[in-house]
Amino acid sequence: MCGVEGAILGIVRTYRLRLLRKRWRIRAFRKRREIKPIVDKTDTIKPRDILVFCTARNERVRLPYFLRFYRDMGVGHFIFVDNDSDDGSAEYLAQQPDVSVWTSKASYKRARFGMDWLNWLMRRHGHGHWCLTIDPDEFLVFPFCDTRGLRALTDWLDASSIKSFGAMLLDMYPKGPMGRQPYREGQDPFEIANWFDAGNYMIEKNKKFGNLWIQGGPRARMFFPDNPARAPALNKIPLVKWHRNYTYVSSTHNLLPRGLNLVYDEWGGEKASGCLLHAKFLDTFAIKAAEELERKQHYAASHEYKAYHEKLEDDPDLWCKWSEKYINWRQLEILGIMSKGNWA
Amino acid sequence: MTVGFAMLVHTALGRAAQVARHWAKNDCPVVIHVDKKVKRRKYLELTASLADLDNVKFCKRHSCDWGTWSLVEASQSASELLLAEFPEVRHVYLASGSCLPLRPVEEMKEYLAERPMTNFIESVTTEDVPWTVGGLDIERFTFRFPFSWKRQRRAFDWYVNFQRRWKFKRRIPEGLVPHLGSQWWCLTRQTLTAILEDPQRPAFDRYFSKVWIPDESYFQTLVRLYSTNIESRSLTLSKFDFQGKPHIFYDDHMQLLRRSDCFVARKIWPEAEKLYSGFLSDDGSIFTGAEPNPGKIDRIFSKAVERRTKGRPGLYMQSRFPNDNWENGLTSSQYSVFEGFTELFEDFEDWLARVTGTRVHGHIFGPDRVEFSGGQKVFAGALTDSAELRDYNPRAFLTNLIWNTRGERQCFMFGPADTQDISWDIAKDPNAQISVISGAWAVPLFYSNANFSEIRREAAALQKIEAVHLEVLRSVWTKARVRIWTLADFVESPMEPLQTIIDEIGARNANRLTEAPRMRSLEGFGQFLQNLKNQGMQPHLMGDFPTGANVPSRQKPRKPYLVK
Repeated sequence: MCGVEGAILGIVRTYRLRLLRKRWRIRAFRKRREIKPIVDKTDTIKPRDILVFCTARNERVRLPYFLRFYRDMGVGHFIFVDNDSDDGSAEYLAQQPDVSVWTSKASYKRARFGMDWLNWLMRRHGHGHWCLTIDPDEFLVFPFCDTRGLRALTDWLDASSIKSFGAMLLDMYPKGPMGRQPYREGQDPFEIANWFDAGNYMIEKNKKFGNLWIQGGPRARMFFPDNPARAPALNKIPLVKWHRNYTYVSSTHNLLPRGLNLVYDEWGGEKASGCLLHAKFLDTFAIKAAEELERKQHYAASHEYKAYHEKLEDDPDLWCKWSEKYINWRQLEILGIMSKGNWA
Repeated sequence: MTVGFAMLVHTALGRAAQVARHWAKNDCPVVIHVDKKVKRRKYLELTASLADLDNVKFCKRHSCDWGTWSLVEASQSASELLLAEFPEVRHVYLASGSCLPLRPVEEMKEYLAERPMTNFIESVTTEDVPWTVGGLDIERFTFRFPFSWKRQRRAFDWYVNFQRRWKFKRRIPEGLVPHLGSQWWCLTRQTLTAILEDPQRPAFDRYFSKVWIPDESYFQTLVRLYSTNIESRSLTLSKFDFQGKPHIFYDDHMQLLRRSDCFVARKIWPEAEKLYSGFLSDDGSIFTGAEPNPGKIDRIFSKAVERRTKGRPGLYMQSRFPNDNWENGLTSSQYSVFEGFTELFEDFEDWLARVTGTRVHGHIFGPDRVEFSGGQKVFAGALTDSAELRDYNPRAFLTNLIWNTRGERQCFMFGPADTQDISWDIAKDPNAQISVISGAWAVPLFYSNANFSEIRREAAALQKIEAVHLEVLRSVWTKARVRIWTLADFVESPMEPLQTIIDEIGARNANRLTEAPRMRSLEGFGQFLQNLKNQGMQPHLMGDFPTGANVPSRQKPRKPYLVK
């Protein structure tokens, strides 16, 4: 291909992605009417606050630990969209001093799995802040998180002119069947689910958006051994210095503009990265899976939940002889699941 | 006689005030330059908070930008005021607002008092500096830099290239030899006044104001004109990463900093409460009891830079996914691939494991499942034996396997009946040791109980696959250590090749092999090949096997002799 042709194709591609980004932003704008504020404390947000954005549905039992975990880490304000919970989640959140809650009875699926709502709220309240967009069962681990707060990380990212920080989803599971140890409110879920798969992840590059597509872990191993292409994506970019023109595309797997997806090095080096410990596989999972299957509100015709449901019939044990027991972030860094990059 | 501090401040004013107070209380005058970009309200807060100290002064403010002349102006103003106001100052120490003293002020005063005429300033000629960012060294002094490197990078690069192409040169003022070095220095009153009061200063200032990053070259160059007593090092501990940005110190660096032998460290994270309260306390205990070990800091930070630029070879993960040929090692360590050995020898895998002490797998690219060592269904890193998962991304499977078993050499079997997608990857991998007995896949067929027409079809298919694979192994892109024998050659003298392979693996019993694997009897194999030929197939990968009974004519199944 000659240079001019290549350049034109490049411009065309860039322009198409720009249109796509506009489309998601307009969509978020349209969907803004689907969410109603219950408690809006966003005027208490200070200019340097780190914000958490989160959609939740019937996660009441998880919320106390979730809030404590991220408060301790240094998050300044939480913005929740409660998707029609009936377990008192919204009421609980509304009582918190540092939480703003919106609610929506509309379809989670048709709001692109909540992303339209969050894109709108982020555009309204996230501009200029470091924003952490996560689910209530995701817990961020980053280099030095035992001695340095999240603010140390974002300050370092600012100083390094880095705008987005990748954190792969790491599925955590208990030893023995999931139902055996019930989760108590306020408990650290990783007292129960403290095992993970250390080295069976598969990576490809998404040419269109420039992000990596990572699959593998216990879900691929147990639920999708015959159909790996369906295994859920584990790549996530949850922490972004938000600008009102940014938009998440598919969950927090990728964003536009596509430069934000380049959280990996292509020339042999390692960039700094973290992990989202995923506390999905607790006793609550079977109930959740059945409910989600009923609602049919999940990605790709809920294939994921169908696969879970089939296996869950016989209460599976995700643990195997080669599972790794979680110790701390240094262990994840040594195993090559995350990296310090040049942060020392 | 004492030391005075010229402090350049632009953020975290509270911390700067804390440090300034610490120095001032220990009888070291401080002059603070506050960036003009700092809001007036904050500036007034700062001056008010230090108003009780009469040896802290504020100098004329300049608006500062990274790597620009304004920083030199700020240093000049601050030092001028310091020298004028505090005649007892002998050494002037240039510090920033994010500096933190690591040793008691008294110690520093003593140290400088013992060296009253010494200037501590890193000052190196452009040929000798390894750290130039953007590939500019002497060009910093001979080009013009009207565009900001941070905000107008494209224009900056374009203009640099333009000047390079047209061989543009500025004249360096007579008598100056460009030197570079850390921005943070400690100069004597004599030298510093000589620089500041030089009648030629307006000319020098005009020249340096258009040099790139003058704060790293102005004093570093001029000091050479006025002093011969220069110790070319900075008393400030400051580490830079690969982009020329200073590393930041946090609370968890406490022990490291205690063991440094520098007087001052930069940059400190403003919220590193433990560092500030520890090193600024009057309690001296923090300073004692730690054996100086400055090398450790160097190691930690150079390792960080290496991780960022080179990474860990053979690792593919969320923040390291190299483009083709940039892997710096396709896999993380050496491994061996054996093709045709299990077919020829009855107990090859057990034998190999015994002799070499390595981990020996079967056909891990087998069509139905992954044959992990010992028939395990799951292996290191929780890789499973599912062929679908493996074939979904064979390269990831191999690199994961080798990465997960770091420290233990892996050996595995491969052959034409296996999934071939990995062929190119192992061929191009310098970590792979590939040994092939070509045509050995015919041995199991020879022993098989299938109909001959089926055998013939199978043989043709396998031969075709292996031929393609061998072509790959013989291509110019192959970087693996490849050895290929035909079945006929190998059978002729099997121990020599085995010995070579085992030696290369570097097994634990590195001496001569004392035990040989059991070879299957090949009596009648020549005839078998002839039969294939008679059926219209041309088995050519095995080499020449004579037909009939007069083949390597041994009565018993041959036990290979040992090379002693």
